[in-house]
Amino acid sequence: MITNKSQHSGDAEKSMKSYLAPLVQQIQPSGIRKFFDLAAGSKDIISLGVGEPDFKTPWHVREACVYSLERGFTGYTSNAGMPELREGIAQYLHSRFAVDYNPANEIIATVGGSEAIDLALRALISPGDEILIPEPCYISYSPITAIGGGVPVGIETFGENQFKLDAADLEAKITPRSKILILCYPSNPTGAIMSREDWEPIARVVEKHDLIVISDEIYAELTYGSNHVSFPSLPGMKDRTILVSGFSKAFAMTGWRMGYACGHPDLIAAMLKIHQYTVMCAPSMGQVAALEALSNGMEEKDRMVESYNQRRRLIIKGLRDAGLECHEPQGAFYAFPSIRATGLTSDEFAQRLLFEYKVAAVPGSVFGLGGEGYLRCSYATSVTQLNEAIERIGAFVRKLEQERRG
Amino acid sequence: MREMDELKQKVLELLKEDARTSTELMATLLGAEEEDIRTAIEQMEQDHVIVKYTTVVNWDKVDDERVTALIEVQITPERGRGFEGIAERIYMYPQVKSVYLMSGAFDLLVEVEGRNLREVANFVSEKLSPIDSVLSTKTNFTLKKYKQDGIIFEEHEEDNRLMISP
Repeated sequence: MITNKSQHSGDAEKSMKSYLAPLVQQIQPSGIRKFFDLAAGSKDIISLGVGEPDFKTPWHVREACVYSLERGFTGYTSNAGMPELREGIAQYLHSRFAVDYNPANEIIATVGGSEAIDLALRALISPGDEILIPEPCYISYSPITAIGGGVPVGIETFGENQFKLDAADLEAKITPRSKILILCYPSNPTGAIMSREDWEPIARVVEKHDLIVISDEIYAELTYGSNHVSFPSLPGMKDRTILVSGFSKAFAMTGWRMGYACGHPDLIAAMLKIHQYTVMCAPSMGQVAALEALSNGMEEKDRMVESYNQRRRLIIKGLRDAGLECHEPQGAFYAFPSIRATGLTSDEFAQRLLFEYKVAAVPGSVFGLGGEGYLRCSYATSVTQLNEAIERIGAFVRKLEQERRG
Repeated sequence: MREMDELKQKVLELLKEDARTSTELMATLLGAEEEDIRTAIEQMEQDHVIVKYTTVVNWDKVDDERVTALIEVQITPERGRGFEGIAERIYMYPQVKSVYLMSGAFDLLVEVEGRNLREVANFVSEKLSPIDSVLSTKTNFTLKKYKQDGIIFEEHEEDNRLMISP
């Protein structure tokens, strides 16, 4: 008999766990989850822990979706997504990032960028393949790799180098089993970007070792000062890259779960096979909204990017004034200050900041190698909240200084 | 020069959002020198680009009776002065809150405020209609103000994001 969880029947729970697949059981709960639970119990918190825009989806996008629902546009679409949407994505990628994909067989609309990453990994991994992952990075890559039977291999990146991926560090981790390199620039959590000059040596290593690249460019629109350089736009890289992106960050559409993958027809066909058996198609109403965002959303998107940029300047200055070393993040909406000078681990720092000063941020350690000693602060929150948070962080840092002296 | 124009544009956008934003904060947000921000504001004040700093009030929440009417006015333009003279004769009244010259079926749109219906009606019959060049008026009373100058009065969108997310 299956016992209700609320009855605290520990034995029954344990016995049910034994049915689980070992691969899934081995996956550790995310460190972010722990902070979520800690923060959820506290009141009057200012949160710098949110990994999504503070804007609502622009009204014209919401309205277009409502209109499509009223007209009864509620059925399945073709597996790869509405042809108009794929056409729209192709045009957008061409004009914004100089990459060309055929909407007929090189683009697939997915349930968020997350599904695209899952599809790509499942389509490519054979058991034991090594997947190279520059860290600190978004928390999902390693677990999805492991579920697929792959072996995640972290490549540390460093604050001294603005958390850019270094070709020599990459090459040092390559073995005969290396198959895939997962890239995520602009980076969550570090805000790092890669310029054309930064990419070129990486592309040479990829070519030399015959790697496949999954390039997660979900933050591509959020760069400050220079346009994002899309990895498949580099010479020779298009065929060996699966480009993953989506609407969440650029158009403030996180809850819609609309993303896409682009790549060589052979790879996309394999991903489409998994996609059609697992989810059929991305939600039709989300697809309508995504198309509206691409067709009429650029002005509003630019306004949001300008607003992030203003707040980026505010938080960097604020964190530095508070006494924390902070490299200048050139993309996404995260600052990633070093808290090493305080002598605390990032977990201790984040917990005390939360409990003693009511500011929630995410310890760098949850993002993998190289994240210890740093704190992820999302600046996608109001100027008033940012100013208050910065003041509290400053007070906390001063208190820590006194503690060390005393 | 171009840079100064861009800076002015951005300063205006920040001030439009919150006229009390300090020059120090604006300098940080825009990555500019505070001195340049001050210069930009001074120039715009002198040039009357910035006309006035004021407050958007939701009078419905103040215990204070007042009614507003939007009045469509048809007029005969004056030789040599067009609509300017007649517009001035109307906008000089303190109870007139705004005056626009319009394209379409009428000429001036006049926003008038009064303590009650009778006060506004009196203004129309005793001040506005008797003006020689006024041909006709059509008075529309407003019932509720939802949005003014891009500001929604009853904002009901809250931040309902998760406190921590990846």
